[in-house]
Amino acid sequence: MATDALLFYAFAGVTVIGALLVVSQKNPVYSVLSLIGAFFGLAGLYVGLEAPFVAVVQIIIYAGAIMVLFLFVVMLLNVPREDAAEWDRSHPLYRPMAVRIGAAMAVLLALELGWALSRATDIGGAVNAEPNERISSVAELGEVLFTRYMFAFEVTSILIIAAMVGAVVLARKRQE
Amino acid sequence: MVSSFIEFMTSPMTIAYLTIVGIVFGGLQIMAAVMVYAERKVAAFMQQRVGPYRVGPQGLLQPVADILKLFFKEELRPKAADAFLFTLAPIISVAAAYLAFAPVPFGAPTDFFGMLPEKIPVQVSDVNVAVLVIFAVASMGVYGIVLAGWASNSKYSLLGGLRSSAQMISYELAYGMALATVVMMANSLSLREIVDAQQGYWFGFIPRWYVIPQAVGFFVFACAGIAETNRAPFDFPEAEQELVAGYHTEYSSMRFAMFFMAEYINMVTVSAVATNLYLGGWHGPFIPASYGWIWFVLKLGFLLFVYLWLRWTLPRFRYDQLMSFGWKVLLPLATINLILTAAGVLYFGGY
Repeated sequence: MATDALLFYAFAGVTVIGALLVVSQKNPVYSVLSLIGAFFGLAGLYVGLEAPFVAVVQIIIYAGAIMVLFLFVVMLLNVPREDAAEWDRSHPLYRPMAVRIGAAMAVLLALELGWALSRATDIGGAVNAEPNERISSVAELGEVLFTRYMFAFEVTSILIIAAMVGAVVLARKRQE
Repeated sequence: MVSSFIEFMTSPMTIAYLTIVGIVFGGLQIMAAVMVYAERKVAAFMQQRVGPYRVGPQGLLQPVADILKLFFKEELRPKAADAFLFTLAPIISVAAAYLAFAPVPFGAPTDFFGMLPEKIPVQVSDVNVAVLVIFAVASMGVYGIVLAGWASNSKYSLLGGLRSSAQMISYELAYGMALATVVMMANSLSLREIVDAQQGYWFGFIPRWYVIPQAVGFFVFACAGIAETNRAPFDFPEAEQELVAGYHTEYSSMRFAMFFMAEYINMVTVSAVATNLYLGGWHGPFIPASYGWIWFVLKLGFLLFVYLWLRWTLPRFRYDQLMSFGWKVLLPLATINLILTAAGVLYFGGY
């Protein structure tokens, strides 16, 4: 049990620190890398929940595929370092608009969290529950995905195809 | 607490597991050195030369000399390079290369000649989603190359890095499809179970290796594997006449050696995975199961030789040929193979 807790805090720490580094880095390439680190921490947490399949799939899709594209975009667009000195000498926190938006988001997040916690019942039971064999079973996951969640699954794929077609249309050279 | 820790560390099982970790770690390092030598000797053989022969008998100590040379070279870093990422990139490459071998079994479960109370699997970690772990770690290797290209702050490096990642992403699809086909036939994601599904014979003499029903899958896997490891004829990241040396143009000394080592270890890993998925792993005739690792090493050695063989047989593709081959030939082939196999597995009710 002690090892479990230790590993949980280690991976949770990696996730949180990674997430904080994403927003605090000046260089966008470092932000992307920090996000990958956060995803690895998250994958560790999934393994702790005895869901290795979810952990690995999460690494393949997010850390592997999506973040490579992020990195591509950041590198090729040559996003400049966020040097405040170049376009605004004041500290970001002194910019009124940024502060207002940030505060609004923070309040919203706190309200959401409070709402979720007020609705949640038996949190202790959920925390102490034994890992469910069925959750970690790949076969079970596949079956549920193609029966109970069939609609959501297919709708997602249509959404992704629509996004892809849209991207192709936007990227295509205009022939005039 | 301390005494229980000591007891745990000195128990035969722990020592056995650590031994396996040591074998994998040291073995991969030695394999990389052997590949350096084999690469030169096979190249020489194909070109009717002698190859290295001055350092040690038959030039056998050539890798040692190479490593010493690399150690004593000056470690250069371009002034405009991103210092942190420039150092990190080769580390990511090597770490991903070593990590990818962790779920690969290389022998039948053993009790080390009766020294252990029970048999343990001969692999670093017997995860039940091994196939996916290998796939995931392989996709991490891309970062080493992309970051090396970007951090070097040189256009040749950047182009090499981008090419390589575009190539790896394109071929990963076919690679994944080939993996999925085998997973379907074996009905398991664990490499150990996939290997065990291949024991026995058809008609008493044809080994039940997946390479026979899955010849197409093996072809797709081999092509994608070569592309994933950036080897000839798909060695675009380092196409020297176009890109000087691609992503490692600015690297020297041990940092360069780490990229090199990662490439060789990746070759070993891809060959080992192919052995397990298609060539029956450690199963084979004549040798008792407890010495199955001999078969494994033989098959692995053969596949590694094929790598070198191809390098001196096929010229490098053109870049558009590479892309159209990946997307228009390999991917449809793998998809059709996947669908047919699925239909077959469904019809015959398992393999």
